[in-house]
Amino acid sequence: MSEATSRLAHHFNDLKQQKEATTLGMWAFLVTEILFFGGLFAGYAEYRSRFPEAFAAGSHHLDIVLGTINTAVLIGSSLTMAMGVHAAQLGKRKKIAVFLLLTIVLGLVFLGIKAVEYTHKYHEGLIPGAGFGLQGADRQQMLFFAFYFLMTGMHALHMVIGVGIVSLIAFFAWRGRYSPEYYGPVEVTGLYWHFVDIVWIFLFPLLYLIGRH
Amino acid sequence: MSEHVVRPITYYGIFAILLVLTAVTAGVAFIDLGAMNTFVALTIAVVKATLVILYFMHVRYSSKLTWVFVGAGFFWFLILMAFLFADIITRGWLPPGVDWGGN
Repeated sequence: MSEATSRLAHHFNDLKQQKEATTLGMWAFLVTEILFFGGLFAGYAEYRSRFPEAFAAGSHHLDIVLGTINTAVLIGSSLTMAMGVHAAQLGKRKKIAVFLLLTIVLGLVFLGIKAVEYTHKYHEGLIPGAGFGLQGADRQQMLFFAFYFLMTGMHALHMVIGVGIVSLIAFFAWRGRYSPEYYGPVEVTGLYWHFVDIVWIFLFPLLYLIGRH
Repeated sequence: MSEHVVRPITYYGIFAILLVLTAVTAGVAFIDLGAMNTFVALTIAVVKATLVILYFMHVRYSSKLTWVFVGAGFFWFLILMAFLFADIITRGWLPPGVDWGGN
């Protein structure tokens, strides 16, 4: 029995069917992720429509340069992830590991920049709660920051989980677990990573780019 | 092997387009288009997301069943947004000062 065939679970006819089921299963999970983030986006839309000025004013406190750099970093990590899956399709063991490591590094750079931004917000007294630094009518901006921290926080949590999964897959790839016939885990890890990238693609304009003119 | 292998040049091309669109969306934010600013920003975001889904996530080369799953997910999101905005937009249409039976 070859290495690839030994990866075939007994309830599938062949590796092709197994791969199709793997991809479909991950998409089913990602659909539930659309439900999850969809609720956050809906809440955001409702409150932004009620307090447009407060949301625009709150957005001005965010660092647009760091936000744009982070968007580029995340898109870069999606490229290295896609190249990692490509290497898996061709069965290039070391290349998979290298591209996945690059993905991990870019993911950590994103989280590092996010941590710097959070620290700035903390020192500026923009964490929602009793100690919120803005007074008077500006206090309405607390709602914007509640959404900012909830949405970017949930996104960052997905990134942390993603870095963990990609690390595991990179390790397995290095050990030679995957082949052109069997690389489903690499492919679906890519799907998850790209989905988290898509969430950020929407968060960036909605949080950083309101009323900049 | 029946799997469609996308050429790296395609990935690099999509990556370049995504970077350009990121620069465009950040730049356009500084131009006053009124209510159109949000519309333009979201349109660019939808284009970027579509490119990621079709190419990075291989949906363009995936089975019809995968298309149904992906489509169902985003179609549900559109329903959520459509009904949300139907509520937001029409709320002001109710005449003020009328007792609707609440209290």
